[in-house]
Amino acid sequence: MSAAAKLPGSLNANRRLDRWLRFNADRTVTVRTGKVEIGQGIVTAMAQIAAEELDVALTRVRMVSGDTALTPDEGHTSGSRSIDEGGSALRYACAEARHLLLQAASQQLDIPADKLVVEDGVISGLDRIRKLSYWELPHAELLNREATAAIKPKPAARHTIVGASAARLDIPDKATGAPRFVQDLELPGMLFGRAVRPPSYDAQLTAFDADAVRKLPGVVAVVRDGNFIGVVAEREEQAVKARQAAQRAAQWKESPLPTDDAGIYDYLTSRQTKDHVIIERTDAAARARAARTLEARYTRPYVAHASIGPSCALARIEGGRIEVWTHSQGVYQLRHDLATVLDLPPENILVHHAEGAGCYGHNGADDAALDAVLLARAVAGRPVQVQWMRDDEFAWEPFGPAMVVKTRAALDAQGNIVDWALDVWSNGHTGRPNTATTTGKVSSLLAAWHLANPVARRPQGDPPMSGGGGMARNSPATYAFPNERVIAHRVEEMPLRVSALRALGATANVFAIESFIDELAAAAGADPVEFRLRHMKDPRARAVIELAAQKAGWRAGAASDGTSGRGIAFAQYKNSYGYLALVIELGLEPDIHVKRAVAAIDVGQAINPDGVVNQTEGGIVQSISWTLKEQVRFDRERVTTRTWEEYPILTFAEAPQVEVHLINRPDEAPLGAGEMAAGPTAAAIANALHHALGVRIRDLPLTRERIAAA
Amino acid sequence: MPEATTLKVNGVRHTVCAEPDTPLLYILRNDLKLKGAKFGCGVGLCGSCMVLIDGHNVMSCDTPLWAAAGKSITTIEGLGSLAAPHALQRAFITEQAAQCGYCLSGVIMSAAALLERNPDPSESDIKQALARNLCRCGTHTRIIKAVQRAAGELRK
Ligand code: FES
Ligand code: FES
Repeated sequence: MSAAAKLPGSLNANRRLDRWLRFNADRTVTVRTGKVEIGQGIVTAMAQIAAEELDVALTRVRMVSGDTALTPDEGHTSGSRSIDEGGSALRYACAEARHLLLQAASQQLDIPADKLVVEDGVISGLDRIRKLSYWELPHAELLNREATAAIKPKPAARHTIVGASAARLDIPDKATGAPRFVQDLELPGMLFGRAVRPPSYDAQLTAFDADAVRKLPGVVAVVRDGNFIGVVAEREEQAVKARQAAQRAAQWKESPLPTDDAGIYDYLTSRQTKDHVIIERTDAAARARAARTLEARYTRPYVAHASIGPSCALARIEGGRIEVWTHSQGVYQLRHDLATVLDLPPENILVHHAEGAGCYGHNGADDAALDAVLLARAVAGRPVQVQWMRDDEFAWEPFGPAMVVKTRAALDAQGNIVDWALDVWSNGHTGRPNTATTTGKVSSLLAAWHLANPVARRPQGDPPMSGGGGMARNSPATYAFPNERVIAHRVEEMPLRVSALRALGATANVFAIESFIDELAAAAGADPVEFRLRHMKDPRARAVIELAAQKAGWRAGAASDGTSGRGIAFAQYKNSYGYLALVIELGLEPDIHVKRAVAAIDVGQAINPDGVVNQTEGGIVQSISWTLKEQVRFDRERVTTRTWEEYPILTFAEAPQVEVHLINRPDEAPLGAGEMAAGPTAAAIANALHHALGVRIRDLPLTRERIAAA
Repeated sequence: MPEATTLKVNGVRHTVCAEPDTPLLYILRNDLKLKGAKFGCGVGLCGSCMVLIDGHNVMSCDTPLWAAAGKSITTIEGLGSLAAPHALQRAFITEQAAQCGYCLSGVIMSAAALLERNPDPSESDIKQALARNLCRCGTHTRIIKAVQRAAGELRK
């Protein structure tokens, strides 16, 4: 077999046109995407792309997303890659579909194709007299083929739907309380399940009185399989009570953790590590001009995804067939892992995506799906819904990894950076299910590790730099330093379970780089904006830095009045995606808080400008919360963060003013946007704090206690 | 023991049979099929489950059924619908004030209670009124704008 030509984005692995779109009898078009809605508005953006290329009204597009029976396999919805992979695939698929329909219409109408126009799916000659709609053509037959990507999508200049802000398709339901989330799904005869998790990671169940739980009202099943316990009841409150009773009826032997939250950074930097040189650029002559050298160490704690709605899934088992509803970010990958654990062919399992609460990465979504399946197995034929309790969500979700970043740089006599080095320590950043072949049976699903016949944990992964990087994401600076050396030190031992959290390693790396740039500017006696521009060549990066500074009313050399401060920071996400610079105005009374954040962004062509702005605002506010408040606590026994009281996040009372200014570049490629605010926001706050008080805090979160101790 | 309890929800009387200590949230979601109020924490710390009881915003996850008996309860579904949205719901759509939207019905119910007692709230009044609702997506600024917009519309 000759290798087929490479097609754009996810079209390459999903080549059939009718996998992507179909025309329906009611003059609508169904568009299928493997990318899923996680509160980022992606499904609306995909609908815009399809409507644009097909020349149909946005209201005619019906979206289907994330379904192993229906949609293409586009991997995980993560890493701000959706527009890149899924958007480009849809563009080409729809452009080709339109072309095929046009050719067929040309024959039937006996008008040359280049003399035809399409308006809302109606193809006509310039006289508008002879016409045919997509729906009257043999569309099913025409789309029954493989894509070639030979038809070029429209140039940006002809876009009318893409590039205009579109109202999100999902918001009306959410504002009126219409059932829409996986948590809201209800199937006939549905039961309620709860998992009963161990008190700590490796705890062994030594005794369990299942009968004490079984006799409670409404309890339909009590499952014990090794260290996995679960309960199923007729009513939800009965399942919750049964879980509490099961916790009392179980005895566990716990084993200690290798460190605690205070010791984690020394722990990480004292392990045996696998080291990767990420970048090494040498200019001996420049290095020889070094007049003074600065060094610093920055840290970020474990951070929880802490979705507002705990993870949830529904499962039904009938005959040999398993059906699962989940808010997983990768339905095919989850199916693969479920099939491994259950020893079933993947074809026997159907996985449907349904929206959950915002996840910001890999939370308990996939784990809840296995919980639901394990409990559904005990009640043959009846569907079981499992929603995690809040304390389990805190204790068991895979956290964003703790990280240490050390920087060293040299200035010449004029205060220019002539040498730069960065070292980063972390665990790998992905513990997600995936379909990659491995030796032996492995799974990323929590309950799988607890079964009597456990499935081994999938080795932790970390995306390579070619895939955007994991722990080393954004570890190279975007600045033009003559010497730069970056090394990633990957730690294998994992004191806590970790996986992808929005922006992965970029948060800590950018926090370190952009804090350190300010430290160097101060050492050079330079203004932070001028100092950044002095070292920046990329014109698009310069443009966002200049715009953010201008919109925030930045004045070089302005001193703080002692009650407030301002700081700037910048990053190009993944060194190749969207550009963002922002200025933070910090207040200190009664407690440290962000008064205003002013950002400038460049994401190339913005498909849905308001959607991009919304995502950026959210990214900034979430990062403010991470930066000022958040840290997962654990001692030598277990994770001790279990409630919102122990894990406060930014409240409405503390909400800042946020402005996002978009530099739209319709002729540039669209660049992922969802995660770019994380690192710059953290650094800009630290820089503003330094401006206000003259103290430099290098450990997140930037709390009052840390400031007092500095 | 389960007991028959009568509640008035969104203007309609319902009798449900459940243990008196059952959280009102589960009664609304599972017995009355009103899925608007959400489970977030179950212990009164996040506001996802907010409803109005006799006009006051209350967390339904830590309100037992017995305490709601005979009271008048309003959920997000009772505020308005897709076909006939309340000014707040319209404003949230106009401002595109959601990311995941899981917090939304709780937030909107707190805002509804606020506008009921204070038709012309300042920004700081709005922030204080929403202080018991958590939003993890960081949609705070748009949500505040949406409440301001709704207040303006209702005053017209
Ligand atoms: S679910 Fe009721 S306050 Fe959190
Ligand atoms: S919009 Fe997601 S929690 Fe508020």
